[in-house]
Amino acid sequence: VIVPMRGRRTRRAADDARGVVSFSDWHNPKVRWGVGTAQALLLVALVVVGLGPLLWLAKAAITPTNDTITHPLGLFPHGAAWSNLREAWSSVHVGRYFWNTVVLAFGSWLTQIVVATTAGFALSVLRPKYEKLIMGLLLATLFVPAVVLLVPLYVEIVHPPLIHHSFINSYWAIWLPAGASAFNVILVKRFFDNLPREIFEAARVDGAGPWKLFTAIVLPMSRPILGVVSVFAVLASWKDFLWPLLVLADPNKQPLSVRLPTIEAQTSLGVFLAALFIACLVPIAGFLIFQRSFLRGSGLGGAIKG
Amino acid sequence: MSLADPIDAHVNAREPARVSELEAKPVWHRARRSPLTWVKGGGLTTFLFLLPMLLVFGAFSWYPIVRTVVMSLQHTNLVQAPTWVGLDNFRAVLNDPVLPIAVKNTAYFAGLALIFGYPIPLIAAVLMSELRKRRGLYSALAYLPVVIPPVVAVLLWKTFYDGSTTGVFNTILGWIHLGPYPWLQSPSTAMPSLVLESTWANAGATVIIYLAALTSVNPELYEAASVDGASLWRKVWHITLPQLRGVLLLTMILQIIGTAQVFLEPFLFTSGGPANATITVLLLIYDYAFGNSLGGNFGEATALSLMLAGFLAVLSFVYLRATRSWSTA
Repeated sequence: VIVPMRGRRTRRAADDARGVVSFSDWHNPKVRWGVGTAQALLLVALVVVGLGPLLWLAKAAITPTNDTITHPLGLFPHGAAWSNLREAWSSVHVGRYFWNTVVLAFGSWLTQIVVATTAGFALSVLRPKYEKLIMGLLLATLFVPAVVLLVPLYVEIVHPPLIHHSFINSYWAIWLPAGASAFNVILVKRFFDNLPREIFEAARVDGAGPWKLFTAIVLPMSRPILGVVSVFAVLASWKDFLWPLLVLADPNKQPLSVRLPTIEAQTSLGVFLAALFIACLVPIAGFLIFQRSFLRGSGLGGAIKG
Repeated sequence: MSLADPIDAHVNAREPARVSELEAKPVWHRARRSPLTWVKGGGLTTFLFLLPMLLVFGAFSWYPIVRTVVMSLQHTNLVQAPTWVGLDNFRAVLNDPVLPIAVKNTAYFAGLALIFGYPIPLIAAVLMSELRKRRGLYSALAYLPVVIPPVVAVLLWKTFYDGSTTGVFNTILGWIHLGPYPWLQSPSTAMPSLVLESTWANAGATVIIYLAALTSVNPELYEAASVDGASLWRKVWHITLPQLRGVLLLTMILQIIGTAQVFLEPFLFTSGGPANATITVLLLIYDYAFGNSLGGNFGEATALSLMLAGFLAVLSFVYLRATRSWSTA
């Protein structure tokens, strides 16, 4: 009885019936008005709360310090001060810290991609006998809170076993530990698990070895998940504060997030706010361009943790 | 198909093991006896693919986890050679008069974060899941604060929280004749101010998780309820919330685990002040390990981090057990 009914339904009705508010509910003016108002209010709230602080930051970045202090919500009472941005970029060296951040993010991204894809391929496609053991060890790290690693990792970077050379002030101290994300490996492995096995078989019949299978078939088919891992790798590196603060003691090597609290004390409020604005440009631009990957990844996060 | 193909040989060698334990045994023995068969069977290739992960996790995850336990039983500061001290570090931490304050503050932060940050994303997500159009716009706006680097967010909000009458928030509240409030400068308002910023910065991610969970609710449940004449509220109460139960319980425990490790907000906003009103457990760990320029007290720092991790593990275990029996009942 149900199947033919579905066939006859219009698309709009089917869409309407998907959520809590059913087709008939939607025709009830009271419900329609109530839900509509709530959604409109939500939009206003989201614009004010989500976008508002950033718009204010953008405004304050090009407002003279005095105006920001005396009339924080005024709109350019004495004109704009574009010099804030220039001064932040060159005089307080935001430019240099910006490139440091880019280099750190690139290296961390590379490690995460290499580790996650090779391990995901080995565990999902090649499947050694000890696969279960490795998966167990990986999953176990998900249950260890990050705080546990902080001190021993720091000591390891200062006095590495076997090597006897401190990695303080070396970018390797940030790039390499970034790869130890069990979340990435499991995400990529699960994606590989769902790739059609027949294609692998066909490739093997054609004489493709594991390396060929990995580079010519599995990786090109995995663009969506590589996108998700990439945006989160870059974002996480851009956001990181405590670890670079600990291992990069040389100010000339530090990324933006580590420098910003110091910049606050060194310069005027206008220039400082311009520096803050520059620091969030890349994440915002990246989010607007790769929105789909971000939102998919965030939803996936819930699914995996579930 | 060529038999020399390492993957195929490998898969073939393994297949019987899956079919039957008894039949598989001789094959296993033969495959294990010589390293050459292992290499020929593709074992080496597989191992090489795993190598980057094994090296990185070995050095930066598995080894430090073990090292934490060792260090918590030692007196070590990187200057002198470490000495074994048994449980002295744990005793010293538990006798620290600041610890109860830090624990109380952390619990306060976690509790406030639940009150501020738990119901709002749920309401927003339920409303957003009913949108016929522009859902992307709503999601993007909600998620925007999540992509702002936390340091930028905290420093920006620090400007907003300026306690003078011309601070951003005090100006806005002044329009409706409220304030001025001291925000970060008073022990009683400092912690709620931290939580407010933290909620702003993190709520968007929770909204997206709920949205994903809401779209996976079987629409036939709603249809059936509608046919039975259920009102909107009854549907939310009797279908939406029970269907989201798993995700809701999970985000709650994940949020508690996250907020129990809060560091950035108290570190950058207030450095634990005023008068220790915002010192948290993680700030205390940081202080033990890195606060003293003469050399860190790494033993006490690892001891406290292990106690925190142990507490969180016990809490999650009890919570998951309790809610599992409750949700199946």
